[in-house]
Formats: sequence, C-alpha cells, structure tokens
Amino acid sequence: MANKVFHVMYDDDQKLMDAARALVAKGIRVKDVFSPFPVHGLDPVIGVKRTRLAIASFMYATTGTILAIFGTWYFMIHDWPMNIGGKPSFSWIENAPAFVPVIFEFSVFCGAHGMALTYFLRNGTLPGMPASNPDPRTTDDKFVMEIVTDQNGSMSAAEIEELIKGTDVYELSIKEY
Amino acid sequence: MLKEASIRQPLILGHKTYHDITNDIVGPIEGPAPRQWKIALSIAAVIALYGIGCISYLVATGIGAWGLNKTVGWAWDITNFVWWVGIGHAGTLISAVLLLFRQRWRMAINRSAEAMTIFAVMMAAVFPVFHMGRVWQAYWTLPLPNQFGSLWPNFNSALMWDVFAISTYFSVSLVFWYIGLIPDFATIRDRMVKPGMKRFYSILSFGWSGRAKNWTRFEEVSLVLAGIATPLVFSVHSIVSMDFATSVVPGWHTTIFPPYFVSGAIFSGFAMVLTLLLIMRKTMRLEAYIHVRHVEYMNIVIIVTGSIVGVAYLTELFISWYSGVEYEAYAFINRFSGPYSWSYWMMMTCNVISPQLFWFKKIRTNLAATFVLSIVVNIGMWFERFVIIVTSIHRDYVPGAWGEFHPSGIDVGMFVGTIGIFFTLFLLFARYFPVLALNELKTILKVSGESYKKEAEKH
Repeated sequence: MANKVFHVMYDDDQKLMDAARALVAKGIRVKDVFSPFPVHGLDPVIGVKRTRLAIASFMYATTGTILAIFGTWYFMIHDWPMNIGGKPSFSWIENAPAFVPVIFEFSVFCGAHGMALTYFLRNGTLPGMPASNPDPRTTDDKFVMEIVTDQNGSMSAAEIEELIKGTDVYELSIKEY
Repeated sequence: MLKEASIRQPLILGHKTYHDITNDIVGPIEGPAPRQWKIALSIAAVIALYGIGCISYLVATGIGAWGLNKTVGWAWDITNFVWWVGIGHAGTLISAVLLLFRQRWRMAINRSAEAMTIFAVMMAAVFPVFHMGRVWQAYWTLPLPNQFGSLWPNFNSALMWDVFAISTYFSVSLVFWYIGLIPDFATIRDRMVKPGMKRFYSILSFGWSGRAKNWTRFEEVSLVLAGIATPLVFSVHSIVSMDFATSVVPGWHTTIFPPYFVSGAIFSGFAMVLTLLLIMRKTMRLEAYIHVRHVEYMNIVIIVTGSIVGVAYLTELFISWYSGVEYEAYAFINRFSGPYSWSYWMMMTCNVISPQLFWFKKIRTNLAATFVLSIVVNIGMWFERFVIIVTSIHRDYVPGAWGEFHPSGIDVGMFVGTIGIFFTLFLLFARYFPVLALNELKTILKVSGESYKKEAEKH
C-alpha cells in the first residue's frame, strides 16, 4: 500500500485547534501544521517540544563574556600595557570597571547573533531556500494540518479520512508519495 | 481563548478578517507606485545626493571643511550623531521592552519603528566615522593584529565603548527586525504573480514555510532577543552619554548623564515615530490599524520621558550651583545667559514646556496637534545636544582660549543630507516592505479587533 499524505485545510485557528484536539484524542499523529501565524496552545497538542534556543543563546553569550574578558586582559594588560590617564595598566581586576561596557556589549553581540544563526540553520531558513508549505494560502489566512499514513500504522487511510471528515474541514487534499 | 477586558479600547478598528489584514498591508506593495510616493522619493533622493556630495567634499578636503576650531572641536557633527542615535532608540524600545510588557498595541507600530531605528543608527554612524578624518582607516577601531607595535585600541576609552555599543545595537536591531520580517515576506511571496517579484520576495523570505516548530522557535527567539535587547537599549545611550560624562569638561562631567540621555533618547525617538507614522497611516490608508489610541499611548510615553528630561535639566542647573564648583556654575550661567542662550531657551521651550500640553486629553488625541508637537520635540532635542556640546566647550577654564562655533555650508549640507538619506531609505521601506507586522497582527485580531470584541461582549 502506498503511503498517503493528507493536507487538511481549516479556515480558522480555533477550528484547527478543535480538530487537532479531536484527532489526537482518537490516536492520530499529526505530522506538522502550517499556519500564517503562531497558534498559541497548539504545540503541546500535536507534540511539538519546547525549543532549546534560549539555552543556546545563553551559552553563546557566556562565550562572548569569556572572550571579552580574555581580550581586554590580553590587549590592555598583557601584550601592550599603556599608561592612560594613570589608569591601572598592570592588573586586569583593578582596571575591570572600565572594561564592563565592552564586556557587556560583546556578550550581547555573541548571544544575539549566535542564537539568530542557530535559528536560521535549525529552521532551514536561509537566503534562496525553497519554501515547503503545501499551499500558498497558508501564509495568508488558511491553516493546514499534515497527516501521513506511515506515522499512523494502526489505522488504514480510509479510517483516517473518515476521522478527518468528522472535523470542520475547509479543504482536504490526499496525495500518494 | 484569551479574552480582553471590554473596557480596553479595540486596537484594530472595524470588521477585519485575516485575509483583510493581508490585503491591506500587501495590497499597496503589489499595486503601482503612487504619484505622491514618487514625488516624495525624488525630493528625498535629491537631498540625499546633495548630502553625499558634501560628504565626498569633506573626505577630499579634510574635516577643516566643517566649522570646527581649536576650542570647539565637537559641534554639529557630534550633535547630529547623538540626535540620530537618540531617535534610533524608539524602535528597539517598542519592539523589545513593549514585547516584554506584553503591550499589544506595539504590533501595529513595531515594524516601521524598527526600520526607522536602523536607518537612524546608520545616519548616526556617518558623523563619528567621517569625524575620524581618514575614514579609510576606520577599521583601526577594531582590535586587529597589526604592525604598529602592536598597538591595540584603548578599551578604557568611552569612545571605544561607543564603537562596540553602536555596532552591537545596529546589528542586533537589524537581525531582530529581519527575523520578524521573514514570515511577512513569505506572505508576500505566496501572493505575488509577477515572476520577478516572486523571486525577489522568495529570496528575502529565506524559504519560510510557517511550520509549527518554526513558529515555536520564532516566538522563543523574539522573546530572548527582546530580553537581551532591552538592557542593550539602555546601555547604548548610557555609553553615548559617557563620551561626555567621563571627560573633565564643566557641564559634561556629571553622573546624571546616563539616565538623562536614555530618557531623552526615548523622548525623541517616539517623537520621530509619531512624525513618520502619522504621515504613513494617512498615505497608506492604515487608519484601522494605527489610530488615535496608539497615538495616545505614544503621547503618554512622551509626557513621561519629556518630564524626566525636564527634571534632569533642572537638577543639572541646581547641582551646578549646589556643588560649589565655580567652573561648573559658570558653565550653566553661560548656557542660559551667554552667546548661545537662544539655543538653551529654544531647548527648554521645545522639550520641557511643549510636551506638557499632552496632559490635556483633547491635545494628545488630536492627530494634527500631535504631528506639530512631535516635530517641535525633534527640534528641541537637536538643540539639547547642541547646547550640551557647544556651550560646554566654547568657554572652558582658560578665557584666552574662548571661542565660538559657526557652522560651515558643509556642516549644514551633511546634516540636511542625512535627513534626505534617511527619508529615501524609509520611503523605499514603505514601498517594498510590509510596513506592519501583518502576521503578528493576526494573533491579536480576535482579542483586540473591534468587531470580535463586540461579539465577545454579547456572550
């Protein structure tokens, strides 16, 4: 039996939510949802885990802090100490208050850009990438739920179709792949 | 579903559907360019070209082409720099701080405010960069391995902190803005029929598909970026103020500077946002999304920050006398009664008195009055920087070295030129980019849309 993919379209986020709840309660696994905007509360229903990007950002920012501390010590204390207005050029810790702004800015720089790059790479959104939404209307006002048969081994395609039709569907397209 | 108290006024007027929002924002991009836009762009571009001409002349001649002299070594250039950076503070404040405070009204204005921020910071950077004189050596501000000894930049210096602060602020604001733009570019891409335009927006949208996981990441990234951009907003103008406060010039050497500059920056930034938005909502027919309520909220921010600025002026004045330092006292007496007293009184009128008019509900909900006052505030804030910079250094410790500053044609040309470049960029943005965060607006439609709120009240 060929695998089938169901693209179930809804015309309202509330209808989508209700349908997702109903289908998941009946044991269907929803592969993905394409929506024009974030539908709040949908993720736990369809089993999308919380992203770890915030943790990544913290690690990038900490890297930035360490690099900036090392840099200020190396440039100002170790490699070429200079007497500037009598500021302590022999000890990093005594000169540290003057380095706070740069350390802070560099931490933010690394935290923000590191996270943004990770976000682009993990999403697969990079310049020139092709879009993969099944219908152009999903970036306007329609919501599409993607269900595939091979993730729902216990049910036949006809059974899945039956359950889907029980929800407030706007359009349904079934494709074999 | 989330319900908003019925006492809160709706943020989106009339009956709109998700599709209407897309149509209202993307429609103007698809249609032919309006005549008014072409005229405005031509005027802005001519002024911009004149500014670029002045900059080229400055680079070819040296910064002696400015009206600076031995006494007044910083004048219009740094005034313009601080003015533009200050204006550049509203965008990230609106998108970051108001996001953390869950202010829904920010969604109608954050996109254009951020665009304004980015363009304003670009204009700000023009002045210190060209003030270096040999602009092709601007990269010397970076700690790169070199053959001079090895001579590193001085990380004790507030000017060096500024390099880091402004570049971090600019690049983080840019990324924040662009991450928000990607889903909206995807909306435009999926609507476009002309293949060239479709290709253009397809590249800009980075292949965004709006999967559930993408949106989870999107929201997390927005929140974390807002969290780290918030201290960034405050740090940037604090550091700009330290360019002055860490010196020993009477009138500059005060600890009040960082909070005073930050509130001044937010004050001028909101004024510029209002100036731009009031024109934009009219010409692009966005009255349903940006209406009196939004303007009133921004005017309230202007009263608060304007009053903080007013208190700071008076505190400064009082402390100059109370400190018992005669140089400090003289700097302030000279400000309000010396040769530049006209600029001091101009600043006081525009920044302290005029925003107080917004206490009257009639005035702060009147769009024409708001438009006029927003321009008045922008003028006042330019004079504030001029007063701080020029009046403090034109008469310092040694009377023999006293002097005055007269702007040259290149000074004026560069300032006016940056306004031209700024408006050219903003007009291009308004024509080709989604001017409202349309997909984010859809998330608040059912909560804060007028017809939906009325419907909810019936139940």
